[in-house]
Amino acid sequence: MSTGTFPPAKPRFFGGTPLDIQELNEKASLLRQEVVRMVAEAGSGHPGGSLSSADIVAALYFQVMNHRPDDPKWPERDRFILSKGHCAPVMYAALAHSGYFPLCDLLNLRKIDCHLQGHPDMNKTPGVEISSGSLGQGLSTAVGVALSMRLDGLPGHVFVLTGDGESQEGEIWEAVMAAAHFGLDNITVIVDANGLQIDGFTKDVMNVEPLSDKYESFGWTARTVDGHDMAAVVDALEWSRGVAGPAAIVARTVKGKGVSFMENEAGWHGKAPSVEEAARALRELRGEEE
Amino acid sequence: MSEQKPRATREAYGEALLELGRRHDDVVALDADLAGSTKSAAFGKAFPDRFFNAGVAEANMMNMAAGLAVGGKIPYASTFAVFATGRAFDQIRQGIAQPNLPVRVCASHGGLTVGEDGCTHQSIEDIGLMRLLPNMRVVVPADFNQTFAAVLESHDLPGPMYIRTGRPAVPFLYDTPPTGLGRGADVLREGTDISLFACGIMVSRALDAAEILAQRDISAEVVNVSVIKPIDIDTVAASLEKTGCGATAEEHSIIGGLADAVQEVAGELCPVRLGRLGVKDTFGKSGHPEKLLEEFGLTAGDLVSLAEHVLATSNK
Repeated sequence: MSTGTFPPAKPRFFGGTPLDIQELNEKASLLRQEVVRMVAEAGSGHPGGSLSSADIVAALYFQVMNHRPDDPKWPERDRFILSKGHCAPVMYAALAHSGYFPLCDLLNLRKIDCHLQGHPDMNKTPGVEISSGSLGQGLSTAVGVALSMRLDGLPGHVFVLTGDGESQEGEIWEAVMAAAHFGLDNITVIVDANGLQIDGFTKDVMNVEPLSDKYESFGWTARTVDGHDMAAVVDALEWSRGVAGPAAIVARTVKGKGVSFMENEAGWHGKAPSVEEAARALRELRGEEE
Repeated sequence: MSEQKPRATREAYGEALLELGRRHDDVVALDADLAGSTKSAAFGKAFPDRFFNAGVAEANMMNMAAGLAVGGKIPYASTFAVFATGRAFDQIRQGIAQPNLPVRVCASHGGLTVGEDGCTHQSIEDIGLMRLLPNMRVVVPADFNQTFAAVLESHDLPGPMYIRTGRPAVPFLYDTPPTGLGRGADVLREGTDISLFACGIMVSRALDAAEILAQRDISAEVVNVSVIKPIDIDTVAASLEKTGCGATAEEHSIIGGLADAVQEVAGELCPVRLGRLGVKDTFGKSGHPEKLLEEFGLTAGDLVSLAEHVLATSNK
């Protein structure tokens, strides 16, 4: 628990005991299993990007971020902003496993009476900081949130997850320009660079690379990591807190990571697995032999 | 009508914003490289820590405003109406209106009277675009004093709001700033033969038209509809019940704006004949503002002709 001093003693809300890398990897695997179950049960949704970003999301919710699931609006919390809103399933799984709402809600994703919308809704789901879904907007909104926190002298840090495909949106670069211009120290962008988007490979659809150089040239400090190397991800996220000005982490990932038949397949961007496919995916994620 | 020298409603926005900054620490303002024109610059000078110029990047401005609202601020985001509602429509829709955030989109340079800059800068669809959005309150004040009151009042209202101001100086219709917008429709002149509903710069023209009609023994009621959404159903319906016919006048397309808002009330509560004065589903062009209003049929004389036509063809 935070001692209430600033900067808060790390970490965080799991009884003050940091998880080791193996435990964080297990959390990430758990999130992936939830994603497969949720999307399969819903019959629609976006598994590919949720699976590619699961390690990053697990690192944030279970290690790096200061947050209080029993007090979602705690003013001193760090904020997670999902700019690539279609990857809501992995955020919902992290929120539920953190304790923001019951785990059983997850299987009602996208259903008519459930608070878990197809894309995040800040007014429906506890722990969701902003509504998102129209790509490119979340980073701009995050810049506004970071400005507001700076005005109020709040200690929290804003972690924003974007995609490499999302980086084709012009508004991303408007926001990147603004964060540097306003000298924001309290914002980190993690680009889930899985190299795929709906219509195919990002390099073929509309090349956005070199992303790291682009961020640097806009005045950010950027770093590239293997987005599935948990120790490297945690290290980069912690590093980003101390960077003067805005920080970018380009996380090289594999779309559909952890499920062999989904990996590097653009078709799994926004398609639900069948019952049989989901069962196979879950066996793989649990490390059970075929 | 007051004898004070006419002033633009955008100037009232600038002065009221400055006053809001003095009164409330949670007020922040944003602009997109038009602070001198929208009049937000005075706030920026007085409160530089609470003013954010997005540069020529309206989309980013709207979402930054949304983020500031998420953080508990009351953001006032200004640019020209055409960019605010056209360029950044999706940001207002998904970033502001859908999450029901208290962002005030304060758009200046509404309508044809932008003048010489031409159709690219003349917003004739903004009221319609904003009216379509759930949660959005749409306000078009008629003069300096009413704009000042509306901006001050906006601080304490829930949810998002669109406030449209104009470039040209317009006559004072309210001697002192009203305490607020009230129900959003004021009967400025009582009449019994026809109701003239107007907003923005067309309100003073509707009063002029009523004066001309009076000389022709036609008693016109003039209603200033400053809140287009949610429209003051009771006042609009009561006026139409009394007069039995009406006409709308707005510096906006005849599609989507005040005309539709009044027609919707009439259609559901008191079906009567209604004429529409506005831009007739066409784009604007360059020219002096007054010449444009003449060419596009938005003068007091045009409203007189329309009112007489409505009366002549109404079966009341």
